[in-house]
Amino acid sequence: MKIHEYQAKELFRRYAIPVPEGGVAATIDEALAVADGLPGYPLVVKAQIHAGGRGRGGGVQLVARREELRQRAGAILGMTLITPQTGPEGRLVRRVLVEQAADSGRELYLSLLVDRDSASIVIMAGAAGGMDIEKTAAIAPEKISRVQVNPLQGLQPHHIRQALSGLGLTPDAMKQWPALLAALYRLFVENDCLLLEINPLVITGAGSPLAVDAKMELDDNALFRHADLLQYRDIHEDDPLEARAREDNLKYIRLSGNVGVMVNGAGLAMASMDIIKKAGAAPANFLDVGGGASAEMVEKGFAIISGDPHVKGIFINIFGGILRCDVLASGIVAAVKRCGVAVPLLIRMEGTNVEQGRQILADAGLQLITAADMADAAAKVAEMVA
Amino acid sequence: MSIFVDHSTRLVVQGITGREGRFHNRQCRDYGTRIVAGVTPGKGGSEVDGIPVFNTVRSALARTEANTSLIFVPPAFAADAICEAADAGVPLIICITEGIPVHDMLRVKQYLRLTGARLIGPNSPGIISPGLCKAGIMPAAIHLAGGPIGVVSRSGTLTYEVVHQLTRQGIGQTTCIGIGGDPVTGTSFIDCLAAFAQDPATRGMVMVGEIGGKAEEEAALYVRQHVTKPVAGFIAGLTAPPGRRMGHAGAIVSGGSGTALGKIAAMREGGIQVCEDLGRLGEFCREIFSHVLA
Repeated sequence: MKIHEYQAKELFRRYAIPVPEGGVAATIDEALAVADGLPGYPLVVKAQIHAGGRGRGGGVQLVARREELRQRAGAILGMTLITPQTGPEGRLVRRVLVEQAADSGRELYLSLLVDRDSASIVIMAGAAGGMDIEKTAAIAPEKISRVQVNPLQGLQPHHIRQALSGLGLTPDAMKQWPALLAALYRLFVENDCLLLEINPLVITGAGSPLAVDAKMELDDNALFRHADLLQYRDIHEDDPLEARAREDNLKYIRLSGNVGVMVNGAGLAMASMDIIKKAGAAPANFLDVGGGASAEMVEKGFAIISGDPHVKGIFINIFGGILRCDVLASGIVAAVKRCGVAVPLLIRMEGTNVEQGRQILADAGLQLITAADMADAAAKVAEMVA
Repeated sequence: MSIFVDHSTRLVVQGITGREGRFHNRQCRDYGTRIVAGVTPGKGGSEVDGIPVFNTVRSALARTEANTSLIFVPPAFAADAICEAADAGVPLIICITEGIPVHDMLRVKQYLRLTGARLIGPNSPGIISPGLCKAGIMPAAIHLAGGPIGVVSRSGTLTYEVVHQLTRQGIGQTTCIGIGGDPVTGTSFIDCLAAFAQDPATRGMVMVGEIGGKAEEEAALYVRQHVTKPVAGFIAGLTAPPGRRMGHAGAIVSGGSGTALGKIAAMREGGIQVCEDLGRLGEFCREIFSHVLA
């Protein structure tokens, strides 16, 4: 789960990680109220959406006076912000963060992340903040120090020394860093973060580090032990069908194609999407109803796909193991009878009780296309979209 | 012959009294797998289908000769269950549970390095050596005993699809392993390929990967340097958008790495024969394994 910058900064404050003074606002009046509580101008108004590159889309503005804040906050609130990460459709801005503009100073890069391959927590620190870290890592890896921390051992002084080694900090400026890194590490572990990125981290005139930006992603699988973080979920940032699917415990991702897909199991679902692409069409979604899905899950999944107006055909591919084909077939029949189906529906079933399943589909008198195996399904997808 | 599990496997099922544990315990037993104990904290002294239930893995091992654990414990408690099995001295631990927090798995993985226990999974369908032992949730009927092909995969139902196609071609399997769809898992592709390479009954391997991480790339390098048996490959996720988790927690293209195209290229470079058409994977394997199939 991604969270907003203002939410991440709330967490930062709880761990005494220095951030600019400020607050979040959903209206112009709220923005002015936040500003009136701050020591003075200039201030920064920042659009709160779950995507980077906000500055380039006009979502981050520096304001020098109250009237200017009123104007800029009004322009950003309610705008559809398009950044390189939002896609062409952009995101509606519902909130802005109003905060004290940082002194201009050196900008650094700092992040913590879960490194799956080494089973460790990695700290990345770079002397050039504000940059595209992936690009820098690719073209000038020596500019970024990358420190692996064994989670059983936790953050040690030598990790901190190594992380700071390439930043070019004065001995005086370094004094505040052990506490900062220790706090960030604690925040990262205690809140089950997958990613925590500060870009830029500014060294102020006084030599102190200040987290000017904050990006955080939390582990969905760990939210059960973080009731306090659940409030940070912003369903407006999700596609409405994706939000509905999550309520139904379905793994659904909406895509731009027009062939709907429903599969049990993530790997087979991806492979089924790939088959659609190979047939010359594009998948409208990813939908995994689960390796052990029930007839009810199948019915819910079908309703979600049918809710996408772009879908011009549906491919259901089920390998029945624990989920028996007869149960699946009953689910499909129930779903089609309830939701109706206005587009061609291709079903490929294999596995446990497949004969009974096929019989149930045949007896239901529905308009279905059936495929005998994967190869047949691929050919029929191609026919369906031709 | 087979790898990791065979007729000498004696299972302890952790979470045996739960709905999933109970159901799959019966399925595995009906296949002929020797299940000697179950563990559920607080249910010690009871029985499930005639199998004695203990409160701890340690007490199960004191009273039975279990040498492999199969875990169906809910995600919040699964990391602890894995470590409990390792502490009790179980050398092989198979974890089916999906949804374990990744920070838990970071610690488990580092801890297991200290104990030397082998973990398969989590978020795995388990492992089966057809005709000898089934320790997992895969449908038994799709398998064909007798080898000579080993299958290793990050997926569940996609593995079933692949195995089913092999069986329809009359190609039997020595062992089929799901290493799990999570970002941090125990046994790797390389571990499995190395074991298959050593297994005299295995004469070729099928490796089924998907987007995310670099396990396939590393395995490809290993194959190029160490494996002489033929290896067929398949990768799912060509159409997956970057930055999204495709059902499996580990299936995500991030920062341009972990793409299906990158993996396919790396595998081909390593000498793995990659099939891009899942519909024809069975026939593809028949061709590339023709010289090793009797």
